[in-house]
Amino acid sequence: MQRSLKIRQLRIAYMFLLPAIIVFFLGLVVPLVNTFELSFNRLSMGSRWSDRDYVGVENYERMVEDDHVRSSVGVTLRFAAIVLVAELVIGMGLALLLEKPIKGATVFRTIFILPLMVSPVAVGLIWRYLLDGRIGLVNHYLGLIGIPPQTWLGHPDLAFFSIVITDIWQWTPFIFIILLAGLQALPSEVMEASRIDGANWRQMTFLIKIPMLRSILLVTVLLRLIDVFRALEVIFVMTFGGPGRSTQVLSLHIYKTAFTSQALGYASTIAVVLMFIMLVLSLVLLAFSNPLKERADF
Amino acid sequence: MYKRILAIAFVAVLLVPLSAGVMAQDAFDPYAPYRGDTIVVSWPSLYHFTQAATLIPQFEEETGINVEVDFLQYQAMKPAQEVELQKPRTGEYDVVAWVVFTKSEYVINGYLEPLANFFVDPALADPSYNPEDLVAAWVETGGVVGGKNAYLPGPTQALYGLPFGAETSIMAYRKDIFEEHGLDVPVTYDDMLAAAAYITENVDGVYGMTSRGAAGHQIVHGWLLHLSPYGGVIFDDNWEPAVTSPEAIASLEALKTIMENSPPGVEANGFGDQANAFLQGDAAMYVDSHKIAAMTRDPNQSLIDGKVGYALHPKVGDAECGLSETGGFAMGIPSNSGNKEAAFLFMQWMTSPRVDRELALIGADPARVSTLNDPALQEMFPEYPVVVEQLECANPNWRPLIPEWGALNAPILGVYVSEFATGNMTAEDAMAQAAEEIRAEMDRAGYYGWSSMDM
Repeated sequence: MQRSLKIRQLRIAYMFLLPAIIVFFLGLVVPLVNTFELSFNRLSMGSRWSDRDYVGVENYERMVEDDHVRSSVGVTLRFAAIVLVAELVIGMGLALLLEKPIKGATVFRTIFILPLMVSPVAVGLIWRYLLDGRIGLVNHYLGLIGIPPQTWLGHPDLAFFSIVITDIWQWTPFIFIILLAGLQALPSEVMEASRIDGANWRQMTFLIKIPMLRSILLVTVLLRLIDVFRALEVIFVMTFGGPGRSTQVLSLHIYKTAFTSQALGYASTIAVVLMFIMLVLSLVLLAFSNPLKERADF
Repeated sequence: MYKRILAIAFVAVLLVPLSAGVMAQDAFDPYAPYRGDTIVVSWPSLYHFTQAATLIPQFEEETGINVEVDFLQYQAMKPAQEVELQKPRTGEYDVVAWVVFTKSEYVINGYLEPLANFFVDPALADPSYNPEDLVAAWVETGGVVGGKNAYLPGPTQALYGLPFGAETSIMAYRKDIFEEHGLDVPVTYDDMLAAAAYITENVDGVYGMTSRGAAGHQIVHGWLLHLSPYGGVIFDDNWEPAVTSPEAIASLEALKTIMENSPPGVEANGFGDQANAFLQGDAAMYVDSHKIAAMTRDPNQSLIDGKVGYALHPKVGDAECGLSETGGFAMGIPSNSGNKEAAFLFMQWMTSPRVDRELALIGADPARVSTLNDPALQEMFPEYPVVVEQLECANPNWRPLIPEWGALNAPILGVYVSEFATGNMTAEDAMAQAAEEIRAEMDRAGYYGWSSMDM
């Protein structure tokens, strides 16, 4: 009797899970398997799926020798490292500053998360025009203090710096808002106890708050890491990967290979590699501390 | 009396078939079989096309054929068309417009209907259409496929499209600045580069030129505008990359000089940015699409209306003329259109001599020599005489319109021309690297298969 009840409950549970599983299967597993399969084929845009030519590992061989892939992996890793560190430091700093109920904190918090609400294409356009060499506001204000106009998006180093600044402007609020929530959820007893024990601000921050936020920090970094590797729209609008290849991140290279060169097979091969890089980086991060595992140990 | 009746009867007998003939002629209406039909047209939402759409009610009234236009931003148009054109059964579109470099790709995928099928049908082809009057270079660039090198005219060619919204390159310059400083209008590249340097140096707040410069297809377009007059090509007759030729290197150096004499930020310029630099008075010369002329007259975007002169695309050395670009759009009929005949009638009407003139009057781009030569129109549009003369020297081979062009343009040349222009590589190194990658791409596409065969 009890067993049949359990089976019935299980069946109902699976029934409720079914829609999610179907969506997961159709939206994730099928495209993933297709991408993997396509990476061993040649197929151009506008052709039918059935017209694909099997070419074995030719695409992978081509990729190993492809200078553009190597340079875009380099640009992506450099971009990811710089923006992640900067966003983490600034986001954490802001969260610590606005954690206390100081006057006007709500206003500041709202202002800080505004960039997060702007669509990436709009962000790209806003910064493209702000940094425009001829009519940009940035050059205008620099001119007022005697600095000659800079070609922000036209010089390889300045263009890279520009996309870094844009990403920091847009995504620091994301880290800020998560860390702020984390800070406010820390048990007040621990804070009180440390204060009674005479801990100063630095000790409280670095020895108590940040270690206690470790799991949240890790999830945040992981989410941002995945996002940075997918970053496309803003760079697409601002520089289209240029000048030269100085801002050509891997996702933009995949886009160009798929939709400009129209080589869907080869683009899938690079996409598989992007997935692999992200998988390795995520596993390395999780090896340091896995919040899911810790939760499972409970 | 009897004789008179007989005479009247005789005349009447003669008149009956004559009048019947007149009646029959009156009754001939090529549009009649399609009256009430609706065709769907895929056009980019660019000025020429939005203006052309204002004539559609007139077409509907004259023919009884209804037209729906699906306007899309021009870069979003091709993916939307591909979805429809791929359908094995009837697709949504009856007329599609394309950027000229798409033509070979559409034909090789079997998307387009040869227009000869319609021009041979006396019920459809208007004898007064006068195709010889269409600008030959634009017909060749936008509509001809299957001739020399697959995209140029030749004995094996077929026609798939008619030019609509096409363009060529000319020079536009600031008359006031040239007059004030006693400068001659440049005829050669040397003249132009010298004038550009002089203006940058001596005219306060104005740079000599403007250019496209953003990495990708923009800077390639900017460079190809100069490659052609310098006598360079992307491929030789055996499809071997020719981008390392002395002509190609010289044209790259010219591009660099132009960019050095352009307002700051040129390295990130697309077409709109370079046009704005000229329209807002920050640059004194412009060499690119002749569509700039209409833009200078638009008070919403121009501060220089009335101050602009037009000249031929500069030439190099003692060449007869400067070989200009041929680009823009053409339109044709999808193979899977459900109403090809009505679609043809629409295209024929839109590109007819009468409507071409009407298009010019509302600021759209005409495609006929007679329109460009019309004295009344030349009075209104001072660039027309220059455009007509320039079209004699337009080069349909200024860029290769092969299906692989997309893979060579932004991803390869767009990177290496930009690497050179921003000083990361020398012209020779950049082009050697580009040539190597272009050859690999062409090899993958099978261009060297025949030549490698042992016969």
